[in-house]
Amino acid sequence: MTLTEEKKGESDHGQAGHHEGPSGLYRWLTSTDHKVIGKNYMYTAMVFLFIAGGMAMLIRTQLASPNGHFVSQQTYNELFTIHGSIMLYLFAGPFAFGGFANYLVPLQIGAPDMAFPRLNALSYWLYLTGGITMLLGFLTASGAAAFGWVGYAPLSSSTNSPGAGPDLWIVSIALVGFSGIFTGVNLVTTIFYLRAPGMTMFRMPIFTWNMLVTGLLILIAFPVLTAALIMLYADRHFGTVIYSVKGGGSPVLWQNLFWFFGHPEVYILALPFFGMVSEIFPVFSKKPVFGYKGLVFATLAIAGLSTGVWAHHMFTTGTVLLPFFSALSLLIAVPTGIKIFTWIGTMWGGQLNYKAPLTWAIGFIVAFTMGGITGVFLASPPIDFATHDTYFVVAHFHQVLFGSTIFAGFAGFFYWYPKLTGRMYREWLAKLQFWVVFIGFNVTFLPQYLLGLKGMPRRIAVYSPTDGFTFLNQISTVGGYLTGLGFVIFLVNMWISWKRPVPAGDNPWDGYTLEWATTSPPPSHNFTSLPPVRSTRPTWDRNHPEHADYKSPHVTEYAKKEVSSSEG
Amino acid sequence: MKVEHKIYLGLGAFFSLIVIIYWLWAGESGGATMLLASALLGLVPGSYLGWWAKRMSQRPEDVDEPTVEQSSGSIGAFPTYTIWPFVMGMGAFMVALAMVFGSWTLVIGFAFIISAAISATLESKRGGVI
Repeated sequence: MTLTEEKKGESDHGQAGHHEGPSGLYRWLTSTDHKVIGKNYMYTAMVFLFIAGGMAMLIRTQLASPNGHFVSQQTYNELFTIHGSIMLYLFAGPFAFGGFANYLVPLQIGAPDMAFPRLNALSYWLYLTGGITMLLGFLTASGAAAFGWVGYAPLSSSTNSPGAGPDLWIVSIALVGFSGIFTGVNLVTTIFYLRAPGMTMFRMPIFTWNMLVTGLLILIAFPVLTAALIMLYADRHFGTVIYSVKGGGSPVLWQNLFWFFGHPEVYILALPFFGMVSEIFPVFSKKPVFGYKGLVFATLAIAGLSTGVWAHHMFTTGTVLLPFFSALSLLIAVPTGIKIFTWIGTMWGGQLNYKAPLTWAIGFIVAFTMGGITGVFLASPPIDFATHDTYFVVAHFHQVLFGSTIFAGFAGFFYWYPKLTGRMYREWLAKLQFWVVFIGFNVTFLPQYLLGLKGMPRRIAVYSPTDGFTFLNQISTVGGYLTGLGFVIFLVNMWISWKRPVPAGDNPWDGYTLEWATTSPPPSHNFTSLPPVRSTRPTWDRNHPEHADYKSPHVTEYAKKEVSSSEG
Repeated sequence: MKVEHKIYLGLGAFFSLIVIIYWLWAGESGGATMLLASALLGLVPGSYLGWWAKRMSQRPEDVDEPTVEQSSGSIGAFPTYTIWPFVMGMGAFMVALAMVFGSWTLVIGFAFIISAAISATLESKRGGVI
């Protein structure tokens, strides 16, 4: 243990005034501590979640009756565009790779901070200003962008979507994109260069592994989006014809570029949440994670495959190679299936402790598996031709993304809430929220599969009473309100926890990984001393020396084999 | 360092395989270009990390049981607070707004970005609050 203490001691390079930074607002503006930035990201993302969730309530209200007059059709288009854009660009991604990853990755690998603390701070400010820029669209005379979160050409051209709103959308996503790229660089560098002594790659927690792969995917995908946006901006303002047929350009090029970003983006959003549940299942089953290497290689396989499947969003354009994209898309089900089996295998035979994090994580498996399996349907061109741009697709991606970002996201939030704040949330409220959201979620989205099969198109503000969509839409709207109620319960929970704090202690769950070896919340530069890292569960080894992983002959042999095979 | 090298190289090799299949089968240049760029994004850093892995001594984070000698030394300097990322972010915000409204904020934005870049560099050089 002493050797790691020495190293950490020197990293603080002994300046007396070192920990006495500014306080209050100035501290918030100037801090480069990954924990402060991570929390900023997390809370900002939650504010965006509530804004976009409120928009979802308006959308469901409009659709609750045929020929709805709740909002105008133009407003409806703006609402679903900004709802999708906020959820995907401003909530799901930044919540995970800006918030959780920023906070947890340095703690989990025993590092004092991210590799580039000032770049980290810059990426938060770009994210916040990008988000504000997007919302500014509602204040312009022509309204916010109204072409869907995918911004397809030629609808996004200056003729079809004039005004400042679409331009604000373009620059806001460019800002958020740069923020994401900087975070990706930071994550990969931190994980490669700042691990604690003994923390070999194959001893890293699964969450950190997933964040490494997310970082790699960000570096592949986001620059393509930024380039596509710059070309769109040039088309709108400088008279280029990149996405316009008139001058010899190609509107489908936008779709190719967008989805080359867009499909890896789905995994950029999902992998961090897979990582969170991979931390939660072992701790609440009192077992090491089942199939550690399987999880790691499944994550890498998902990253590789996700880059080669972009055109499965474009089957109906008639310009893509159907068998190639269909086959690769179907293949992704294999590593994803491996993950689901390893999670179930982790719980299998374990002593399950049904606290809120585990409940939410099990909810995630249910929701995500439903969404994932309908994704397998959609990867098959004949089914996709029939259901493309219907509510079937809407239901599919909401089950996948709501399933991972909300269910796994709240599992992670409740799991690490004691570490973030040093306080405990109220268990019964967290569980009540789970059941309300889980029921609301299914009541909202399961009818949408049926609506899609009946032929209800996406993105329509009104439908006719004779279409036969009314009843299912009403059920879906009730489910939507119920889900909204669930988030009110969350706010109540946070309010009570803030007003009447219950101290949580440093390690309330008997966690395995290094973040539980420090205080809650952790001190500046994270650790005063580090336990020695001799297995994938250093904190468990320290707290339970009689059952330490490195003492068990089986585990030691296994670990040696892993290292020798990985080091080649 | 070898594992890091292999991850990048593995992804690069996979994308190279995919780009060859895609190019021969679909013959479409847009997607092939993007896949080729992804392959290079794996191969170039992968080769760089491999080049270093051969030349550097083993790091304590790469061994099972690091010794005291291996683990000693400073990790690096980590600033705790600085205003310049905020200033640069606000500069970028103003430049972004200028791209939409075509206004004078462009000048202020660039002034912010340039002064923040210079100040942050000087801050690192001087030591300062870091």
